[in-house]
Amino acid sequence: MKRILQMISLAGLILTILPSILFFLGEISHSAQNSLMLTGALLWFISAVYWLGGKEKATDK
Amino acid sequence: MKIQTISKKLDSLYEFDREPVTKNALQGIGNFLGSFAGEHVAGTEFVIGMLFVAHGVSVTDMFIGGLIGNIMAVLSWALITAPIAVKARLSLYWQLKKICGSVLVFLYNIVNALMFCFLAGAMVAVSATAVGIPFNVEMPALNDLYPSSAGWVITVFAVGAVITTFAILGFEKLARFSKVAAPWMFLIFISAAIASLPKLGIHTDLSNFWEVAHDRIWTGKALEGQSQFTFWHVVFFTWFANAAMHLGMSDLSIFRYARKWQYGFASAVGMFLGHYVAWICSGILYAAATSDAPGEVAYQAIGVAGALCVIVAGWTTANPTLYRAGLALQVASPGWSRWKVTLLAGLVTTTAALFPALVMKLLDFVALYGLVLIPMGGIIFADFYLMKKFRLQDNYAEKMNIHFNWAAGLTWFILLIAALIMNMVAGIELYFLPLPAWVLAIGLFVLLSKFYQKKIV
Repeated sequence: MKRILQMISLAGLILTILPSILFFLGEISHSAQNSLMLTGALLWFISAVYWLGGKEKATDK
Repeated sequence: MKIQTISKKLDSLYEFDREPVTKNALQGIGNFLGSFAGEHVAGTEFVIGMLFVAHGVSVTDMFIGGLIGNIMAVLSWALITAPIAVKARLSLYWQLKKICGSVLVFLYNIVNALMFCFLAGAMVAVSATAVGIPFNVEMPALNDLYPSSAGWVITVFAVGAVITTFAILGFEKLARFSKVAAPWMFLIFISAAIASLPKLGIHTDLSNFWEVAHDRIWTGKALEGQSQFTFWHVVFFTWFANAAMHLGMSDLSIFRYARKWQYGFASAVGMFLGHYVAWICSGILYAAATSDAPGEVAYQAIGVAGALCVIVAGWTTANPTLYRAGLALQVASPGWSRWKVTLLAGLVTTTAALFPALVMKLLDFVALYGLVLIPMGGIIFADFYLMKKFRLQDNYAEKMNIHFNWAAGLTWFILLIAALIMNMVAGIELYFLPLPAWVLAIGLFVLLSKFYQKKIV
């Protein structure tokens, strides 16, 4: 399960960086870029919170 | 409030880390790399890169000055803070209490708490610039110092209320959320900068990048109403952006868990991702935008994801800051519960956030924050390395059972007054004052201790 969630997170990060490169190269429109990046954000947060957001030892100041 | 009461309240707050960190509690390098990467890609980065452009930083200033400043910051952590931390293995609070006594630590905590409130306030304002977009709120401009519209006031209060509520309800869950957000936020910074390149006229093969960078981004000419920055401004600002943490020794609390002092070099991840790449990216973003408000600037570049990033970045920075402010203020409150103190800190924070000056003058505030706290770092350094060499007693307050070490107190007050005079009378900018303040704190503390310890013993 963790593996699948990590793959979804990776897809989210790819959708965060790739659309801007494609927009810069003139391959997609600005609005397409924005929609893809929003999708990337959603994919990242709904998946990463389960495998990256675990409890850890506090090192409070 | 009686001194004994203050001392007991402070001790109980920091009870869990009273003893030096034991061997089995030490942590690997990975924790430090993650912690620095997460903490230094934050809401402030959106504003600092933008303000560098507004202050007329040139391409060389930004790229070379930023590089040197960040290297100096990393060396400060690695060669000054971490070696003391791994030898003493105490948090800043206990280290200071041994040297300065509980009353002086109490004063330090209150000053620190107020600084935290203002820093959190700046982040509430940054988040509000994104939250206000769908409501067409009139955003503050670069030279605005006071609230620009009723819509702005309502938005700031709404954001402040949400952030304060979450800080009261659950700091830990949000701290974990900020760990999740960090990698995504960093990529958003890069992505937004790439998306802004066509608007600036940069070719797809990047052949004219440096030409455009020089002509349209880091032009070397300050915008109207902004002071002119030079290479040295960038070096010193970058070096001392986290002055309270490295030379000010606040990160003793973090590095006391390090296996080796060399873990101090882990700070390079935070510095070069957050204080170099992210600042450069936010400069590019700002140059391509038609607004001075960070939320609007990010929205123009990459739409909702950009605005979301500004909200998340502001929120994840404001929340732990507000929590720490609450913690520090709890000591001064007359037996209030944590939620009441955090609510009070939230009110101070939200009121401060109403004033766009806090965001638009963020560089000055960050420099002031470091300057106010850095003399205490010099005192710790002197106490750790020099007291025995000068045949003086280290950890004086603990050994003599006193609540206020006057040598440390006077060092702090004299240097703050001297810095104020240098800034307001001699006109020396805040960015250049933390280094002399730290060096002078070392000398002055040793000198005053010579008189003070002789007198009291």
